[in-house]
Amino acid sequence: MPIIDLANPTRFLSIVNRVLPWLAAATVLVFAFGLARIMNAPDDYQQGATVKIMYLHVPAAWLSMMCWGVMTVAALGTLVWRHPLSDVAGKAAAPIGAAFTFICLITGSLWGRPTWGTYWVWDARLTSMLVLFLLYLGVLALYWTAEDPGRGSRAAAILALVGAINIPIIKFSVEYWNTLHQPASLFRRGGSAIDPSILIPLLVMAGGFTLLFFTLHFAAMRNEILRRRVRSMRLIQAQELAEART
Amino acid sequence: MQLTGDNLTCQRGGRTVFSGLNFSLSGGEAMMVTGRNGAGKSSLLRMIAGLICISAGRLDLSGGEPDATLAGQAHYLGHQDALKPSLSVSENLRFWADFLGNSDATLEPALAAVDLAPLADLPAAYLSAGQRRRLSIARLIAAKRPLWLLDEPTSALDVQSQDRLAGLMRDHLAGGGMIMAATHGPIGLERARELKVSPE
Amino acid sequence: MSAFTSLLLRDMRIAVRVGGGALMGALFFLIVVTMMPFAIGPDLGLLARIGPAILWLGALLASLLALDRLFANDHDDGSLDLLMMGSMPLELAVAAKAIAHWLTTCLPLVVITPVLGLMLNVEMHAMGWVSLTLLAGTPALTFIGLIGAALSVTLRRGGLLLAVLVLPLTVPVLIFGVAAANAAIVGPAPFGPPFTILCALSLASFVLGPVAAAAALRHGLE
Repeated sequence: MPIIDLANPTRFLSIVNRVLPWLAAATVLVFAFGLARIMNAPDDYQQGATVKIMYLHVPAAWLSMMCWGVMTVAALGTLVWRHPLSDVAGKAAAPIGAAFTFICLITGSLWGRPTWGTYWVWDARLTSMLVLFLLYLGVLALYWTAEDPGRGSRAAAILALVGAINIPIIKFSVEYWNTLHQPASLFRRGGSAIDPSILIPLLVMAGGFTLLFFTLHFAAMRNEILRRRVRSMRLIQAQELAEART
Repeated sequence: MQLTGDNLTCQRGGRTVFSGLNFSLSGGEAMMVTGRNGAGKSSLLRMIAGLICISAGRLDLSGGEPDATLAGQAHYLGHQDALKPSLSVSENLRFWADFLGNSDATLEPALAAVDLAPLADLPAAYLSAGQRRRLSIARLIAAKRPLWLLDEPTSALDVQSQDRLAGLMRDHLAGGGMIMAATHGPIGLERARELKVSPE
Repeated sequence: MSAFTSLLLRDMRIAVRVGGGALMGALFFLIVVTMMPFAIGPDLGLLARIGPAILWLGALLASLLALDRLFANDHDDGSLDLLMMGSMPLELAVAAKAIAHWLTTCLPLVVITPVLGLMLNVEMHAMGWVSLTLLAGTPALTFIGLIGAALSVTLRRGGLLLAVLVLPLTVPVLIFGVAAANAAIVGPAPFGPPFTILCALSLASFVLGPVAAAAALRHGLE
């Protein structure tokens, strides 16, 4: 199916309405499978059962970065290709990304309590997640402040592109700073250092989170398209009334 | 009820805009304030509304409510519409009706008078310039005040809305109200007196 | 509805609608507090010691910068002219706007203070006291800032002028706010005296602020 078909919001809406229930069902299934695997996954010999927060924390961190990636592509779509759906995609992704970042921060903080003895430590990775969260909030504030949706989404697109510089910093901050936090060991040079009994549920959960993201994203895009239609219908209503009088 | 201006002088930024201006206006009367650009038409209206200090002379309203100030008994329709784009049409009007006048006034007659009743729930951001203007005129109806100070009231209005405004002004005068309007052209009031403002 | 409550509700409604700045102050507060450890280092012991001071400085800046548009928006769209022609004294109208601003901008600051305190490693039992000092002290910041907002709108200059005008006036609030917070956390001085003075400052500014701001608006007419 060529991408041109998706450019038509009406076509997009009908596709989303057909796909969304399946996507939601798949999300639930993968989460159920993942949670069952987590139950059976071994506890850490030092941290005990608290290590299982990882299965929420790590996928949320991945998704929060992937979501900015989606926003970056959408921003390019808005500014360069002028694809009509891309600013809808960007606007719909921002609150979801902020929510995933927030989940990552909260779970990191809860994980930190038994591990470090305090809820918050200014460790490099958590701190850069916090900066990412602030960037998300800035984008949300920009959408919130702009009364004209078109101008707001162009401004947010520029901010998203600028902010994309932040994502490599998060990635590489792990290697720059040696901290209290677990070093990124999944894709370390020379293969994975994690036992398969932990890795498989983690990957399943990451898949579940990704499905969850797309479910929420499509639903949010649909809502945004409908919201814009309501807006333009009300504008037309005001205009028609003005014309009816003359 | 009578509004009198006695030897009024307006100075702005060290420049005398007008001086020695005398007029008197009784209930049921309208007055057109005319003069070329910069003559001080707007300044005179703002002065009566209490928005500019009186440099010299006296302004007096007799026969009104004894407790209220002159500004408290006047409506001022300036160049700006004083509307909040994020509030709906009826919320905007409700606020000014509550703030400027009696709180129990119903909005429907005022909205109907300016032909905006079907748009009551629409955010003011969606209105055109003419609709915004009409909404700010609706506040003159929603809150009752005897003296109307109108600065170029017909700007941004189409012919039909100008006729409507003229009708509203005639109703106001028939009810014993007073109108002072700064204008360049006719505003549809036949028996209006003219006050010419000129520098010096 | 009375003119006072209608103005209060209108300003609160605008603040929480699209384009309003209700949570912007809280967001700014969060960012300022986050920047501090970048400047002074992630030493939790140090952060815990100066945490109340950081929180107070952040709240001070957030509440003042958010005041910038308090009268400017009404001035730009002509609403300010009509607010001055209301049936109630301008002082009351100004006070209604300030209360609405405090409820929508400063109260969220107080609410998120415990979370920020957590990040600064301020102890749990101390967080309640720091929040309490902010609850008692931010009205003073709003009502003193009100004067600056009125002055800067009549001079048609926004932004930094407001901060330059108002920050020196907020020195007593900062002194007694931080003193009360520190007294509650580490002692040895008692919590009562600085906290009572902080409340007194708020009450005094509640009277002084609207009177001075209304005077500034009236004299700004010409």
